[in-house]
Amino acid sequence: MEVGVCFCISGDVVEDALLLPGEACTEYVVDLLRRQLPRSTDEASIIGNAGTGNTALLITTLNALGYVRVMPAHLETQSGESEHSELGRMDVRVRALETVLTQKGYIDPAALDVLIDTYQTKIGPRNGARVVARSWADPTFHDWLMNDATAAIDSLGYAGRQGEHMIAVENTSSRHNLVVCTLCSCYPWPVLGLPPTWYKSAPYRSRVVRDPRGLLADFGVTLADDVDIRVWDSTAEVRYLVVPQRPDGTQHLTESELAELVTRDSMIGTGFASDPESTK
Amino acid sequence: MSYTSHADLGGQAGYGAVVPEPEGELFHAAWEPRALALSLAMGATGSWNIDIGRSARETLPDYARLSYYEIWTSALQRLLEERHLADTDEIEAGHMLRRGPPVKRVLHAGEVQAVLAGGSPTLRPSTDSPRFDLGQRVRTMSTVADHHTRLPEYVRGREGVIQRIHGAHIFADTNAQGLGEQPQFLYTVVFAGTELWSESGGARDCQSLTVSVDAWESYLEPV
Repeated sequence: MEVGVCFCISGDVVEDALLLPGEACTEYVVDLLRRQLPRSTDEASIIGNAGTGNTALLITTLNALGYVRVMPAHLETQSGESEHSELGRMDVRVRALETVLTQKGYIDPAALDVLIDTYQTKIGPRNGARVVARSWADPTFHDWLMNDATAAIDSLGYAGRQGEHMIAVENTSSRHNLVVCTLCSCYPWPVLGLPPTWYKSAPYRSRVVRDPRGLLADFGVTLADDVDIRVWDSTAEVRYLVVPQRPDGTQHLTESELAELVTRDSMIGTGFASDPESTK
Repeated sequence: MSYTSHADLGGQAGYGAVVPEPEGELFHAAWEPRALALSLAMGATGSWNIDIGRSARETLPDYARLSYYEIWTSALQRLLEERHLADTDEIEAGHMLRRGPPVKRVLHAGEVQAVLAGGSPTLRPSTDSPRFDLGQRVRTMSTVADHHTRLPEYVRGREGVIQRIHGAHIFADTNAQGLGEQPQFLYTVVFAGTELWSESGGARDCQSLTVSVDAWESYLEPV
């Protein structure tokens, strides 16, 4: 049986959502509860009894005691038996790392929550989209961005880790820019957030510097034959933001409407800004 | 030669097609965000620098078989073990078995925003003049480094042109070996597609292709 559970104490989530195969989940939960959770020895005993091999009963019991709520969304995220054990293995390993490092006083688990929340909800490609939209709408900002991207981007509130030294490069009708890190996964986090899986993958990193047109075809992107392609390999601590071409027929749009047309991929160079007609 | 990076992929063949991914799809398992955050939080303790971290990742023997966050997790464990901050038996046990040495600082929840916003700039003041001028032709070194380096194999021994001068930056090669920042001038060097790919069978449309890397001064010599 597959379960996804989220443990809470007094409303504070102390464990992230877990995705474990039934048996491993049961053992894990019982162990965790014995060590950390129960408010009384009676409860520990109830939980221990419920947890001996019956995950459904355990979950029901924990639910009744107010310790868990089942997260239905997590019930459908996995398929395939081998994948189950693989995910379980990494879940247990990462959990163990977190426990050990917390016990040793090296990390504050609450800081992990803030870090995750920051990159899930605050720092992402909508930041970059606002930078691009401003540069389309405001010629003075555009010139500033092209001459001193770090300062121009900072003026909109996007600065810091993995964006300390920024350069903006502009696509035109005769030149198309693409950004890669062939050596690892360097990416301008303050404006684009965390990189997509493909950006970090061997297919992209190996091919974009050698066959960019073939690679763009994987994204359904075709460039005219007379367009020059420039690839920027981010091999040091300079980070690159592509400013895509402003679509035609957007003169009447506000800056925030323009930002909606700016896709993540268009700021890496593997896509174009959206056509305003298609996004209506 | 003892140092082998498994991460230097530029120009290699046989990795297949790219699989695009929708915007906002950041993680594919519940442990991945925790693994990311653990690496960031331990990085913030100052127990190693970013170049040491990259070196630990790229030299993992099973690099090519691991997913991205598996690479991060394995490298984190390796860095912890090398410094006796946490040992394998503790990770296997799932709890602390012995105290570890103190770390320089601990990243607390209330400091995260400020620490991320501050970042870690690598530009350093320098009273020297850059050795190369804008527009100058240069050749990259052809020798293979026996340590972490940031000159990709596909541009080694190639001629290019200096397009930008970024000032003096922390030198990744020495920083990764624990030999200090030793800042050097950093340049964007542009290569013609034909210079990179003609002799190896070429690339499609390499006439219209240019590729740049950011290269530290000691990677380069005048032509």
